Amino acid sequence: MAFINLQNVTYKYPLTKTPVLQNINLQVNEGEFVAVIGPNGAGKSTLCYALAGFVPHFFKGEISGTIEVDGVESSKSTLDEWVLNVGLAFQNPFNQISGAKYTVFEEIAFGLENNGVPREEIRPRVEEAMKMTDISNLADRSPYSLSGGQQQRVALTSILVMKPKLLVLDEPTSQMDPIGTREVFGVVRRMAEGGMTVVMVEHKMEWIANFADRVIALKDGQILLEGKPNEVLTSDVLAENGFGISRYTSTAREAKKRGLWKKENLPVTLDEAVEGFKLG
Amino acid sequence: MKIEINNLRFTYPTGLEALRGISLTIEAGEQVAIVGQNGAGKTTLVRHFNGLLQPTVGSVLIGDWDTKKYSVAKLASRVGYVFQNPDEQLFSKDVGTEVRFGPRNLGYSKEKIDELVTRALALTELSNKTETNPYDLSPTWRKMVALASVIAMDTPIVIFDEPTTGQDAVNVARIAHVIAKLRREGKTVVTITHDIDFCAENFERVIALASGQVLLDGPAREILGQEEILAQTYVDPPQLTRLGKKLGFKETVRSQEEFLNSLKNSIDASQSK
Repeated sequence: MAFINLQNVTYKYPLTKTPVLQNINLQVNEGEFVAVIGPNGAGKSTLCYALAGFVPHFFKGEISGTIEVDGVESSKSTLDEWVLNVGLAFQNPFNQISGAKYTVFEEIAFGLENNGVPREEIRPRVEEAMKMTDISNLADRSPYSLSGGQQQRVALTSILVMKPKLLVLDEPTSQMDPIGTREVFGVVRRMAEGGMTVVMVEHKMEWIANFADRVIALKDGQILLEGKPNEVLTSDVLAENGFGISRYTSTAREAKKRGLWKKENLPVTLDEAVEGFKLG
Repeated sequence: MKIEINNLRFTYPTGLEALRGISLTIEAGEQVAIVGQNGAGKTTLVRHFNGLLQPTVGSVLIGDWDTKKYSVAKLASRVGYVFQNPDEQLFSKDVGTEVRFGPRNLGYSKEKIDELVTRALALTELSNKTETNPYDLSPTWRKMVALASVIAMDTPIVIFDEPTTGQDAVNVARIAHVIAKLRREGKTVVTITHDIDFCAENFERVIALASGQVLLDGPAREILGQEEILAQTYVDPPQLTRLGKKLGFKETVRSQEEFLNSLKNSIDASQSK
């Protein structure tokens, strides 16, 4: 049975007129790494909130259909129980950092403390998580003194340290330099290989193509396309619907029109582009 | 309006030295992109332009004003600053009031304020949202409100801190359009960005910062081709620049058109051999 199972999920925030999610059906297997793409306003963050239990437990509103993670139905659970299995890194790290702690180390330990993890277990887990995201050097800094990209790493680390079964990430690399981005995708890939299920909202197509197992394209609250990364990311449908597209894909599409791209498939990554253009 | 930075050093109260001797001149009407790894000092640098931060050593001149001698409020008439996170700058009950706030504070006449506000709203495609509360808008549109409220101040210098973060393709194109409009009006534009493709397509001069110092500074075409030096500050060249290099093009390409021209030329050259 699928680890995540969404059946006909339709959701409306308390004050919005139209549903933000419309009839979403989605199954994700344990250990799968799924990327969610879509234009602004497609419902990507709301889908993250639905998986993380914030919709409807925190945001209220009207929901129909069922959301199941690891065999438990969201509506039959409480947010307190739900967050033990599911970790969400918010789009804006500023919204996530507790404000209650003076150092990055304490910030990352905060969730474990709250869950009553024994003291002697906390330190090694925090240190291990900080090593994974390469922020050990920030341990004694104030979370508020960090740059945007560094704050994003702290926010991600404070989720990873909880070892959730499902990791939900809402644009975790939006403020990061390429090295940060590469590391985050690398860490997430390793987590998925270790059995953690990952749903990640992202705009960086080349990275998605290199790392994710599957891509879901959302638009106006509905799933427009889903499938293997290269299939989805090179589809004409995306270009026509305001999705971001890898420059390799858009350039090869134009080159194809001019007879300068001979392969059947369009590229998303640098390697695919080099290979195709070499054929000339 | 010109920006002159002389041997600028800045140390945060925590003892962290974020800027370590920066000297730069940005000419009036120039469009400059600042790139570099997280923590390189990009935001710290531009926060000196409107006096939010004061040099520990050295000086920053905005036109003929030394930022040490002018208040943030005064500098706001010369330097507009669009924050990375729009929520740090929006506070009014509706979009119209938000966008009027800046020019009204600068003491312009009512006619001038009306004209500036109308123009800023049109440019950011917000004309039909003037009565909406900014916090009822999506983050995308809040970003446009932040842009509009700064553009409406009609300052000769405009700073954008990561304008494309979290924006989709349609909105990135809108932001590029705003920057192009400011260029035509002769404004000096300084933009911090990690979006290197956006940088390649919209800016003529690129400054790469690393650990609080200038690593590279020059025309975008020259700078963005220097893969190995850029790697020191964790910047990858634009996608098409990288691809062109891998395919052995002699020129550094920055746009789709340039890439396709170089591709055509290299194919023609290999066929004529």
